[in-house]
Parts: sequence; C-alpha cells; structure tokens
Amino acid sequence: MRTSLKLSLLLASLVGIIALFLLFEIDLSQDYMIHKRSIRLASMLVVGVSVGFSSLVFQTLSQNRILTPAIMGYESIFILFQTVIVFIYGDKTFQVITEQNNFFYAVLLMMGFSLLMYLFMFRRSKLGMLYLLLSGIVMGTLFQTFSQFMQILIDPNEFTVIQNFMFVSFSKMNTKLLSIASITLLATLIYASFYIKYLDVIALGRDHAINLGLNYQGLVRRFMLVISLLVSVSTALVGPITFLGILVCNLTYELFPNRKHPAMLTVCCLISCLCLVAGQFLIEHIFQFSTTVSIVINFIGGLYFLYLLWSTRKKIT
Amino acid sequence: MVDSQKDYLTFQDIHKHYGEKIVLNAISAEIAHGKITSLIGPNGAGKSTLLAILSRLLKQDGGKVSFFDKNIGSYKGQDLAKKLAILRQSNHLDLKLTVEDLVSFGRFPYSQGRLSSEDKEAVQNAIRFTELESLADAYLDELSGGQRQRAFISMIIAQDTDYILLDEPLNNLDMKHSVHVMKTLRRLVDELGKTVILVIHEINFAAQYSDFIIALKNGEIVQHDKTNQIIQSNVLRDIFEIDFDIIDRNDKLICNYFNL
Amino acid sequence: MNFKESIPYKLIITGAAIGLLLLLIWISLFTGIKDISFASLFSDKEQALFFIISRIPRTLALLFVGAGLSLAGFVFQHLSQNKFVSPTTAGTLEAAKMGILFSIIFIPEVPLMMKMSFAMLFTFLASLLFIGFISKVNIKNTIYIPLVGLMFGNILSAISTFFAYKHGIVQNTQEWMLGDFSSVLQGQYETVFLILPAVVLIYFYADRITIAGLGPSFAKNLGLPYYSIVYMGLFIIALVVSSSVVTVGAIPFIGLIVPNLLSLIYGDNLRRTLPIIAYTGASFLLFCDILSRLLVYPFEVPIGMTVGIIGGILFLVLILRRKK
Repeated sequence: MRTSLKLSLLLASLVGIIALFLLFEIDLSQDYMIHKRSIRLASMLVVGVSVGFSSLVFQTLSQNRILTPAIMGYESIFILFQTVIVFIYGDKTFQVITEQNNFFYAVLLMMGFSLLMYLFMFRRSKLGMLYLLLSGIVMGTLFQTFSQFMQILIDPNEFTVIQNFMFVSFSKMNTKLLSIASITLLATLIYASFYIKYLDVIALGRDHAINLGLNYQGLVRRFMLVISLLVSVSTALVGPITFLGILVCNLTYELFPNRKHPAMLTVCCLISCLCLVAGQFLIEHIFQFSTTVSIVINFIGGLYFLYLLWSTRKKIT
Repeated sequence: MVDSQKDYLTFQDIHKHYGEKIVLNAISAEIAHGKITSLIGPNGAGKSTLLAILSRLLKQDGGKVSFFDKNIGSYKGQDLAKKLAILRQSNHLDLKLTVEDLVSFGRFPYSQGRLSSEDKEAVQNAIRFTELESLADAYLDELSGGQRQRAFISMIIAQDTDYILLDEPLNNLDMKHSVHVMKTLRRLVDELGKTVILVIHEINFAAQYSDFIIALKNGEIVQHDKTNQIIQSNVLRDIFEIDFDIIDRNDKLICNYFNL
Repeated sequence: MNFKESIPYKLIITGAAIGLLLLLIWISLFTGIKDISFASLFSDKEQALFFIISRIPRTLALLFVGAGLSLAGFVFQHLSQNKFVSPTTAGTLEAAKMGILFSIIFIPEVPLMMKMSFAMLFTFLASLLFIGFISKVNIKNTIYIPLVGLMFGNILSAISTFFAYKHGIVQNTQEWMLGDFSSVLQGQYETVFLILPAVVLIYFYADRITIAGLGPSFAKNLGLPYYSIVYMGLFIIALVVSSSVVTVGAIPFIGLIVPNLLSLIYGDNLRRTLPIIAYTGASFLLFCDILSRLLVYPFEVPIGMTVGIIGGILFLVLILRRKK
C-alpha cells in the first residue's frame, strides 16, 4: 500500500520534472528548442537507467553500499584515453578523430580493461570480491596518475578540451551516438532481465547462493558483463558521474526498504533519472551553466556519502 | 598488608542500558578477595557488560564500583593498571609482535616503556608461568588461537595485579589448553594470592575451578554463593532453563546437561 | 648464538645500509641537467651557489618526506588497527589538497605557513572522521576499510573539484596531487622541516602507539589514555602529511608499502622498527627521485608518478599475497 503510493509519487515527480524541463520558458513557435531539449532528455534517461541499474546490481553482487562500478578504473581509463588524445593532437583533436570513433574506441578500451581485470582476477584462484574491487581502484589510481601527469604538461588552452570530457555535459549531444547507446542499453536490459530473479538470492552472499543451488560464479560473470557494458556506454556517451550510482542506490534503500530486486531496480532507475533531469534543469536555469551536472551530483553524492559514514549506526553493508 | 577477610572490589546499584534495552538492572555484590569468582548465565544476561564496568572499560549509567575503598573512576589510569587487569575476548590483531614484546607491555604501567632489570625478570617469570619459553620470539600472528590466548594471559600475569578480570578466556581453546589456563588461574590464586573474576560459559569449568559463582539473568543477579551451593540441579535449572544432573565424584561436582 | 644476531653481522649490515644511503645522497646531489662536480664546488662560485640553493634543499626534502611519510603511514596503521590504512588509502592526501585549495580560494594573500596550517587542520579533521568511522563500524575486514578510505578520498576530491571548477583552477590543483621535487629551492621548502618534530614525537610515543595498536581496552588495561594517544597520533600524521603536500605535493603509497614490507621482516614493535622505517622510507624516495630524473633525461618525470606506479604495483602484490 504505502510502497505503491511512494512509487506513484516518484513517477509523478519524474513526469513533472520532465515536463518542466521540456516546457520551461519555452517559446512554442520555436519547436527546434523542444527538439533539442528532448534529445538532451533522452540522453539523460539513457544515462540514468544505465547508472541506476548497473550500480544497484553491482552493490548487490559486492554486498556493500558504498561502492559504484564507475570507481573501478572505468572512468580513469576513459579520462586517460581522452587526455592521451589531446596530449598528442592538441587543439586539432576534433579534426583527427570523429566523435563516433572516439566513442567506439573508448567503449572498446573500457570493455577490454574490465575483461582483462576479470580474467586476471578469476585466474588467480578464487579471490574474494573485495580483492577485485580494491585492485580495480588501485589500477584506477594508477591511470589517474598518468592522466594528471599529462594534464600538467598540456597547454592550458587545450586543457579545456579535456575538461569537457572530465565533466559530464548533456549540451552537445550527438543523435547518432545516442541511438547506438539506447539500442545497447535496451539489448543489455533484455539480456539481464532473464537473470534478475536470482539477485535476491545472490544478495544473501556467495555461500548461501551456492547452497541454494545457484551457479554463482557464472551468474556473477554474466552480471559483470552487463555492468561493464552499461558503465562503458554511459561513460563514453557523456563522461564520468562517479557518485550518482552511490547516491541513487542508497536513496533507493532508504525509500524502499523492501529488498525485492525487480522493484528496487525499477525504483533505482527512476530516482537516477529524476536526479539527472532535476540537476540538469537547475544547472540550466538556476546556475546558468556556471557548473556542470556531474560536479553538482558528485558534490551532493559526496556529502551524502560522508553522512553515511558518520551515521554508521545505519550499517553500511 | 591486605586483610584477606575483607572484600575490596564491590559494586552497588549498577545500572546500564543501551537505548531502551536494560542490560544491568541495579545490581550489587562484593567480590571475594583472594578467590576465583565465575560469572555465569545465559547469553545476553549482562556478564561481559558487568565485567567491563568493573574494570572501568565501560561507564555505568548508575551506581558505583568501589575498589579498595575508593571509587574506581577516581583512580589514575596508570595506578589502577598496577592493581587490576582486564582481558577481553576477541584479541584479534593484525600486528606482528613477538610474544616477549607483548608480555613486556604488561610492565608498561611500571616502566613506561623503559624496562628495568626487575621488569625483565617479571616478564621472564610470566613467560615461564605460562610455559611459553619456546615461543618467546615467535610472532603472535604465527601462533595458534590457544597459544595466542596464553600469550595474552602471560601479559596479564606480567602486569602483576592483585585483581585479574577475564572475559571468556577459554574461547577458541581446545580441552587441553582450557584445562591448562584454568590450572594457571588456580595457581595464581593459590600461590600468589591474586583475585580472579571471569566470565565463563562451560558450567563444568566453573564448577571445578571457582570458589564463588555469580549467576546473572536478564540483567539481575539471581544467585551469588559458594560454588557447591550453586552447582545443584534445581538452582541451575532456574538459571538456564534446562535440566541438570549433578554427579558427585570424589567431592567434585560434575554437571551433565547434554542429553537429559 | 645465531650468526644473524651476532654483533659483527649487525655491524656489517648497519655499515652497508649507511653506505648505501650515503651513496644515494651523493648521486642525488650530483645528478641533474646542470653538471656539477664535487671539485668545482670549491672553485666555481656559481656552481656552489646553485648547489646550495637547489641540490641540497632537494636532497634534504627527499630525506625528510620519505622518512616522515613512511613513519606516518606506520602510525596510521597502528591507530586504525589495519595494515592497509595509510595517508593514500584514508583520504588524507585529498584532505590536505582540499585545505590548500580552500586557503587559495578564501585567503589567497597569506604566506605558505598559513596555508599549511589550513591544510593541517583539514588533514587532522579528515583523519579523525575516518578513525571515528573505523572504530564504530562492525566490519573489521582488512580489505573493506581501505576501500572505504579510498572512496572517502575520492569524495573529498569531488568536493574540491566543485570549488576548483568554479574558480577555474582545475588544472592547477592537479599539480599538488602529483608530488614533484624539481621546484624545491632554498627559501621555499623550509616547511618540510616540520617533519622533524613529528618524528621526535613519534619516537617518544613509540611504545604508546604500539600499545594503542592492540586496541582501546588493551591500552586502558595498561592504564593508558587511549584517545589521547589517538589524537596525538593523528596530529603527527596531519603534521607530516600537510607539510609534505604543501612543499612537494602528494607522494602516494609510500606510507603503505614501506611499513608493510618491513613489518614482514622486522615485526611491528615501533620502538625497534622506527629507525629502520625512517631509513628505508628516505632511501626509497631518494632512489625513486634519482630514477625520475634519469628516466627521460634531460627531462624529469614527477616523482609522484614514479612512486605511484612502483607503489601501486607493490600494493597490489601485497594484497594479493595476503590472501594466500
């Protein structure tokens, strides 16, 4: 009863903010405005669903509330890739490499990286999930160090090019990339939907899952594939929003303590879209583009994480 | 000279609650000097909490603990550490210290880190008392659970306090080492005149080795008496809510509750 | 008696160790784009001046930062009772960076010393928050805590980025996060000497810190005020980390790998291992710096990167090895 009320409230506010986003201060004679806004909106929904879905599944697999797949090297490898390109080509970057190619190479790199990580980690006997995570983060730090080094050397004017990649912006959306990303998202979600029913059991932990007859290792591999696809595509599409995942997952647990995964996943995706659209709306109309949505979300998400750490009485597991 | 008939560790009206839950409800007792007193009772009865309060590791919400006619809270940390030692459970640690290093820390209240020859003597005696000579240079993380527990007890012995409080010292120990630890405690009391208070789960160890037993249940003291008065089937049934069969063999009481 | 414990053996080892350190110092003093030989120091005034202004400060700073950060890492591991906690894995470096950033934004005119106090305040508060969190959390998993710490650091830097972006200094802030000794010059590096009192404090608190590493009830049983020791330790860490970040930038992982590797051989009794840790940290950093200067000679790789890569790989090896 109460859950369904909350759910409808959530849906209503999402619809409301979408309408506001599309129609705020709009001159109806200029329908290209609406067109541009709907493209931005669509990309936000794609990113929102990707981040919400992948983070929640990831947190279930790793049995914790404070991590997000984005932290595990994906984003730093993306930034490193962009830094290297700008480092080599300077301000001619956009003439040398098209946006499409950049997108594909970035996705390929991130997927390749995650594949290598898993292969490496799973070959080394059955290391625990936490080891995988820590290794991922440390690798991420290494890439970050490389990027920092190059970013210092880069000409300050060219640095703005990288800065565009470092901070998410929905303003310059390429429709072709958007449609590719949407199709990938849809296909991945359909694939994942076959396995969602196992998530409730996986949430109990490895030993319980195996005891209950699940092919735990196989399922984890499948979900990891799903996660790496979603994260790679959304990062390559708009850039890194590290803390969105943590923020929305924890809001989901808070608002809908019922731990049934199909429902939680839906809610998490909705909240994630809501955050993005609302954030972007504020950026465009309140902050007048003086900052970017990822910086604001990372800021709020970061503060929320600190709050989580501080009030540990609400167990962070 | 300490008067062995007098009780030096006493507590009155000790009250403790965690949020709404009352863990200790205004309990009072005196701990017999120069004896072994066991705290027994079902899970959640408040045994470990009481022990922590008696050793100033935890602050009570009401009541007072007095130790040699002074409020235990009014002692300076360093002074109390020469009179009363506490060893809690789960001494899980990640440090690479040798057994001798650890036992030497028992002398810290006296030496502040600079061991005199007297301190070194005390350390060696403690190691000998717990038969850890061959392991003195071994690192703690290389020891078995039982050996590590003995190393901690050895440190407590080196601390050379009149009062020794132990929270489930037999945890993780096999039968041989459990007996060994209990015999060590008995010797501390009989040969060196110490007072030992311990929380213990296996009733038979309490029955065999302690002089007094305090039984706690739901935050209250339900029994406090000489061991033989407590080890009786009707008394134990009231405490633990299962049946007991007491076997008297050569004046030693053995409890069978395993399958009645 | 075992040969390894005999006095001649110890003398040989100590002698060799000191010799190695002196050799490293010598190389550090006489390596660089400007070719300076020992003999010319006395004949060529210009060279001697350059030597005093640049080479000596650089080598001194390396020694201090290397020893200080290694010891700070060790202290942090004791206070948190976790082998993998260090300024790198507890958000401490990011907190120092945040402090400097805020001082630049809000009080840009003040001298370096003041900025450092700002950084120190942030570092202290962040470490306090982190330790407070560890003591409350009921998961004592060794790997879990540094994971939280790394996330904590990421968050602090996200918050810093928010302000850096607003003031258009994102690129500048990257520089503090990558330690670099090439700009160490006489007159600008003296803050690094604040590490010295920190090391003295560690020396006097050595036993207490080791005991605190055994847990609060253990320390209390021995009559020690556990929390005062923790505060003192955090103060020491904050002093070391902020003075090194202000002077040369962040040097990652050194406070993690040096104590961990040494602990495998020498154990964790701080009083005994303190000189060894200080020595190894200083030599390791000197070595990395020489490497950074020679790798792409005549250019220089920031040492933060060299240490970051070597340290990161060693850290991975350490955690993988531990699992066995």
